[in-house]
Amino acid sequence: MSQTSGLLQNRFDDGVVVTTADQVINWARKSSLWPMTFGLACCAIEMMATGGTRYDWDRFGLIPRGTPRQSDLMIVAGTVTLKMATRVKRLYEQMPEPKYVISMGSCANNGGPYWRYGYHVLKGVDEVIPVDVYVPGCPPRPEALLYGIMKLQERIQEDRVLRKKGPSLGSLAGASMDPGAAK
Amino acid sequence: MDAKAIHERLRARFSEKITGASLDVVTPWAVVATDAIAEVAAFCKADPDLSFDNLMCLSAVDYPKEDPPRMEVVYHLLSYARHHTFALKVHVPREQPSVPTVERVWGVANWHEREAFDLFGIVFTGHSDLRRILLPDDWEGHPLRRDWQDPDLYNGMHVKPTPQMADRAMAGEKIGVGPFDFTPPNRHTEGA
Repeated sequence: MSQTSGLLQNRFDDGVVVTTADQVINWARKSSLWPMTFGLACCAIEMMATGGTRYDWDRFGLIPRGTPRQSDLMIVAGTVTLKMATRVKRLYEQMPEPKYVISMGSCANNGGPYWRYGYHVLKGVDEVIPVDVYVPGCPPRPEALLYGIMKLQERIQEDRVLRKKGPSLGSLAGASMDPGAAK
Repeated sequence: MDAKAIHERLRARFSEKITGASLDVVTPWAVVATDAIAEVAAFCKADPDLSFDNLMCLSAVDYPKEDPPRMEVVYHLLSYARHHTFALKVHVPREQPSVPTVERVWGVANWHEREAFDLFGIVFTGHSDLRRILLPDDWEGHPLRRDWQDPDLYNGMHVKPTPQMADRAMAGEKIGVGPFDFTPPNRHTEGA
């Protein structure tokens, strides 16, 4: 936990951990990314290999779920056809927040080999849903997908979950600190 | 039976309904008059010497530059019992193409004919359930016809890549980590 508050670190006895709420929440989120069991084309074969014993994404806390309602992560693995795109969007909307999307492979990134002459392929899944990490490759090797997952974990760790309501401290600089003056 | 014998047998039974043939090719084929295809197909399956018990593939081809322009429906037949293959073709006009169904002969033709209808717009008369099989139900047109033009949009999604999309792809924007701005509680449904 690189961002743990330095002031209080290791200042207490064993068994006492001091950290920020953001740290704990982000750590929990990134350590139990549950992807939806969801493959569209040949990239799904590599994704399954990533979940198998040799690469074993269980090490990163990824447990495939059979329903979007229990999933945090959608790995769009394969060619998104126009017919499938509406289904992808619906599945995405069924996932609870916070939710993340990895676009795996050239087809999901921008249509891949169907870019110019594919009358039936969506030119990138980010046309219908927001994408957090793009993994290039045709298909990407399991190492590449794992790297994408680790990149996503890094980004989740940077999230700020808890925020103060109202104006931030910065915008109050120079304002009167007299409680009686504020309405 | 070899291709020549199969062709002879068809000629003997249907004479002028077999309008052409090419027998010295990898997959020998004969052209059948369009209105006779169901009859010929039934004979191919029922005849003990031909015994074509399997329709391997039913597909279509578009020949807009032929004179007159035409489409063809191709039937690839296999006999498990006799270990021989043969192909039948029928010619149909490009405008309002229509062929009698062979679904009653080989049940597998049901889906194959739906596919040919879906992608070429060929109507198989007598088919029990002729609707699209691959493309969405609200799709317009038949994309494997040579005169197919991509529409700009399908249900609000781009069918052809736009210059902006090309710029994004060429700029390498879609490699690695995308723009990531997590704003609780719900960044994605906002404004959707």
